[in-house]
Amino acid sequence: MIRTALVALGLAIGVSAVVAQSNPIAERKDAMKSVGAATREGAAIAKGEAPFDAAKVKGIFKVYSDAAKKVPALFPDNSKTGGETTAAPKVWEDQAGFKTAFAKFEADAAKGAASATDLATFRAAFGDATKNCGSCHEAYRIKK
Amino acid sequence: MRRLLITLLVFALAGIAGFFVLTDPRVVSPGPEIGTLPQPDIENGKLLFAAGGCASCHATPGQDDKTRLGGGLELGSPFGKFHAPNISPHTRDGIGNWGTADFIQAMAAGVSPAGQHLYPSFPYTSYRLMTPKALADLLAYIRTLPAVEGRAPPHELPFPFNIRRMVGGWKLLFFDGAPFKPDPTKSDEWNRGAYLVQGPGHCAECHSARNSLGAIVQATRYAGGPDPEGKGWVPNITQSEDGLSKWSKSEIAELLKSGFTPEFDSVGGSMAAVVRNTAQLPEADRLAMAEYLKSLPPVQGPPRPPKPASGG
Repeated sequence: MIRTALVALGLAIGVSAVVAQSNPIAERKDAMKSVGAATREGAAIAKGEAPFDAAKVKGIFKVYSDAAKKVPALFPDNSKTGGETTAAPKVWEDQAGFKTAFAKFEADAAKGAASATDLATFRAAFGDATKNCGSCHEAYRIKK
Repeated sequence: MRRLLITLLVFALAGIAGFFVLTDPRVVSPGPEIGTLPQPDIENGKLLFAAGGCASCHATPGQDDKTRLGGGLELGSPFGKFHAPNISPHTRDGIGNWGTADFIQAMAAGVSPAGQHLYPSFPYTSYRLMTPKALADLLAYIRTLPAVEGRAPPHELPFPFNIRRMVGGWKLLFFDGAPFKPDPTKSDEWNRGAYLVQGPGHCAECHSARNSLGAIVQATRYAGGPDPEGKGWVPNITQSEDGLSKWSKSEIAELLKSGFTPEFDSVGGSMAAVVRNTAQLPEADRLAMAEYLKSLPPVQGPPRPPKPASGG
């Protein structure tokens, strides 16, 4: 009985791991959406619509570095199409450049987390970090 | 029988002669009246250079200096591959030898200094809305940029699209050479925006579906459609439900400045290059463009291809 339960449990874990692994398109979209949500908060602060908050700002850059670490691995060869993906074929044609772009995003986010101590330094670091959005999308994303 | 043959021959000759006359660049697309122009305003030329997105196609690919206009970028289309030419002021490889009249002729009528039709992949269909004075300003600015050596590869177009005379027939059907006419019933801001969007900005060139001959389908102008370069889908920018109806004027201006949508998604593909250009415009111009776009009636674009059944 215990053995059956353990096997079932093992299977369940295995299956859910496979399910999580097998939907990289949804995962990378969620990660990108979290970046968008953080950017919304950051833009409000940068524009003076929300007060500067050091902890919040660190959180924004953390979302960026977490996504930068996680996302490049979410483009396996079997995820080139489907799920309304807007990934450009160049992601797979130029994996090196794609990974370099994320490394730069991660570095800019880390720099921001360290340097943004007030509104002025935040604006500069936030500007640098979010420039990566457009430059990377220009090369690696198609129009939707 | 013999008379019939002669009649047919006469008709054939008349047809050929007619083709040659009607597709003659000077006949089908005469350039605008230039008149006397004041001293060029280089600052205005710089603004139009940004609004027109010249660098997006003509800057030498693979390097960061967007003022090096050596050309060479490949532009895919259903008719073949175009290569944007060198428009730097280099006298041999660029447009350094062009006079102001040559430049105006190319920009407003789509005719090269050698008297040949230019392909409408170069959006003179929109640029023609700029006045000769504005075009002279633009040329004066381009002349301040570095001369870049080297020519772009020739276009790779299969027969019959490689015959430039064919463009004459295309112009007869689809090219309207009229300049921009302000609407006196609308505000100055609206008119400025209409001019920037329709003329130098040439937004409709990508944001409209095209017919089988590559001309914009007027009924669905600005309503989006398949990307003419063959990948993805260009969004509807009219006030329809799937267009910009829920966007405020300041949200549209923000996208043209930072590339962020109201959901803080960052636009990709060639729109990223467009934003790099519109970001250089004065805020008042971005707001004017938004003012005009907010006035476009809602138009349903062509249906998108069915979404894939699998989720995610």
